[in-house]
Amino acid sequence: MANYIKLIALGVIVLLALMAANFARDLAYLVNALTVALAAGGLFIWVLRNTDEPVIRQDLSGEYMDEVIRYGVIATALWGVVGFLVGTFIAFQLAFPELNFEWSQGFLNFGRLRPLHTSAVIFAFGGNALICTSFYVVQRTSAARLWGGNLAWFVFWGYQLVIVLAATGYVLGASQGKEYAEPEWYVDWWLTIVWVAYLLVFAGTLMKRKEPHIYVANWFYLSFILTVAMLHIVNNLSIPVSIFGSKSVQVFSGVQDAMTQWWYGHNAVGFFLTAGFLGMMYYFVPKQAERPVFSYKLSIVHFWALIFIYIWAGPHHLHYTALPDWASTLGMVFSVILWMPSWGGMINGLMTLSGAWDKLRTDPVIRMMVISIGFYGMSTFEGPMMSIRAVNSLSHYTDWTIGHVHSGALGWNGMITFGALYFLVPKLWNKERLYSLSMVSWHFWLATIGIILYAAAMWVTGIMEGLMWREVDANGFLVNSFADTVAAKFPMYVVRGLGGVLYISGAIIMCYNLYMTIRRSPATQAAAGSAVPAE
Amino acid sequence: MANESNKKPAMPASATGVGDRPKKKTFLDRHQILERNVTLLAVLSLIVVSIGGIVQIAPLFWLENTIEDVEGMRPYTPLEMAGRNIYIREGCYVCHSQMIRPMRDEVERYGHYSLAAESQYDHPFQWGSKRTGPDLARVGGRYSDEWHVDHLRDPQSVVPESVMPKYGYLEDRLIEGEHIGDVLATNAFVGVPYSEEMIENAQADFAAQIDPYGDFDGLVERYGENVNVRNFDGAAGISEADALIAYLQMLGTLVDFSTFTPVASR
Repeated sequence: MANYIKLIALGVIVLLALMAANFARDLAYLVNALTVALAAGGLFIWVLRNTDEPVIRQDLSGEYMDEVIRYGVIATALWGVVGFLVGTFIAFQLAFPELNFEWSQGFLNFGRLRPLHTSAVIFAFGGNALICTSFYVVQRTSAARLWGGNLAWFVFWGYQLVIVLAATGYVLGASQGKEYAEPEWYVDWWLTIVWVAYLLVFAGTLMKRKEPHIYVANWFYLSFILTVAMLHIVNNLSIPVSIFGSKSVQVFSGVQDAMTQWWYGHNAVGFFLTAGFLGMMYYFVPKQAERPVFSYKLSIVHFWALIFIYIWAGPHHLHYTALPDWASTLGMVFSVILWMPSWGGMINGLMTLSGAWDKLRTDPVIRMMVISIGFYGMSTFEGPMMSIRAVNSLSHYTDWTIGHVHSGALGWNGMITFGALYFLVPKLWNKERLYSLSMVSWHFWLATIGIILYAAAMWVTGIMEGLMWREVDANGFLVNSFADTVAAKFPMYVVRGLGGVLYISGAIIMCYNLYMTIRRSPATQAAAGSAVPAE
Repeated sequence: MANESNKKPAMPASATGVGDRPKKKTFLDRHQILERNVTLLAVLSLIVVSIGGIVQIAPLFWLENTIEDVEGMRPYTPLEMAGRNIYIREGCYVCHSQMIRPMRDEVERYGHYSLAAESQYDHPFQWGSKRTGPDLARVGGRYSDEWHVDHLRDPQSVVPESVMPKYGYLEDRLIEGEHIGDVLATNAFVGVPYSEEMIENAQADFAAQIDPYGDFDGLVERYGENVNVRNFDGAAGISEADALIAYLQMLGTLVDFSTFTPVASR
């Protein structure tokens, strides 16, 4: 019976999507509507083929739901490579503008590909990593199967649809014009639905846990899911111009919109890329090091301090702008205070290795996790420093910011995700070990050197252009034209691009290694899928 | 001596530290309440993360000195609005800021520092965060229309060091503005002071702005004397380049700074 309702619903969706495509006012909307029609149509056929088939009832409540996590692991690796590839390409576009091909009629220009890069890396790579690791961690630490049956599958495929709609939308010219929140209104609505389902699956699993305590990692995941929902809804309040077009108009304007955007933007970093990834750290680092978390008390203190303080830091993106001074001062003060809870997390992660430091020599996976925590510590020191008004007056609008973001994203988020993937793949596919540890070592060094090239190049160009812009001669005239500063950055732009090439080579080696692990590594004897308390 | 001490009554356990005594709840014990209850943990985290945003965002809507009182601000004309939407579509904001900071070099290079009032009708704001290219907050009137056409077609032909992509295809795409009235109406809905008349005449005003030999009295009457009425790209028809250049040529030109006095309280 349920299948008939599904079929009717999917049929209606196909019909509506085709109608929308017919009345579409712009290309992005047309292609997105056809994508939705195609997805719903495919699902319709799949449901139809399974309707009225004999159902084999199995009691799965004692087993973990791991298939969706396996899909998540593959999606994470694939989107990662896509995101890094686009990033490397646009890095070279900035060095060699001819790479903005004229034949592409603007579809592949930097302005459209940069949102594609940032969204692919943050939301597609990072988002899939967070969703699949949170599903893994919450089951293991609660000794319970994911709540909600196939809802977890809805979350996975629904999220992939968000990514595809957003990505094609950017290239075809649909953008809200707000950084890291570029997807247009209908993608925002769909993401809201998927996100609520994600919250239900996660919280539902916690509710039916067999362990009395909720493990630390899950506090971070939970606050990440809740806060991202809040940020997403408030920052994307917009009125569509027409239901048949991608264009929408933001409800807020000017200074209020700027404040809301950076409240969102900085906390996309704070909750998506920090709180969520700290959840990963709190599970995978102790597991890989085979040591308990260093200090339970510290994790409590730094959790509450981190989530309370992070949300205030947004206005440091708006120093010296038309935002009133009281707001940007608040942002600066809280950003500096934020250094402490951030380093609380770093200390807790690093010190978890007490007594196991020798593993750094033998286990490249733990090496990857440790360097990610190292980069986390460095970028959470750099960030508060750059939020100080005097420093910001130099660094704002320059490449320094870009360098800072990448030492966090490539170093912290990237490396901890790679570490988690190396941990997960043998476990999920019941393999004894990874295919090749020396490949992990190669990946480690390529990625690390890549990040160093990237960050160093951006420090040089950022500080250089900041100083060149403000340089005046003895008579008080500006010394450099803007074009001079652009020309001066060229060599460092090439170095940055090369850093990207190294980083993506490492990621491709990882994909090969993980693929071979699944195909070739010897299998373990016992299946790892049954629910054992607090693994 | 030994006898005397034997006579004393036994001390309570709380004083000696030996044996049972009332246990004081530690910080860790108290936190256990949260660790055992998902709902409590979720609600408390949500409260904790809401505070910062409420304190920083909400007052901006009712503190009167947030947006300065200035003369000259008007909503975008339909053609400028179309140009602004192209600016957003192409992602110009990822490389160009529209926010001049009150520093010596920026004021020297780009002009008077930007006011909050100047972006009060911008849904969304386009202040940007990066200057891969120069700030555009006051680019209006700084270059000729011909320069803009050349620059969009091939940026390196006028600025050899530039790394900007080519936007020649904008000239080939002709637009009629058939939905521009809806865009204006939606902006009016969120508070931009577009009158009924402006919305009704949107498409006519859209076409009137590129024809200096046509009838543009209505456009000027509705949007003011300082509206640029020109064939921006110099070619027949209304192209996307027309709209984009119309937008660029009015950026930062509206406020009358001869009547502006900064308020110290901001």
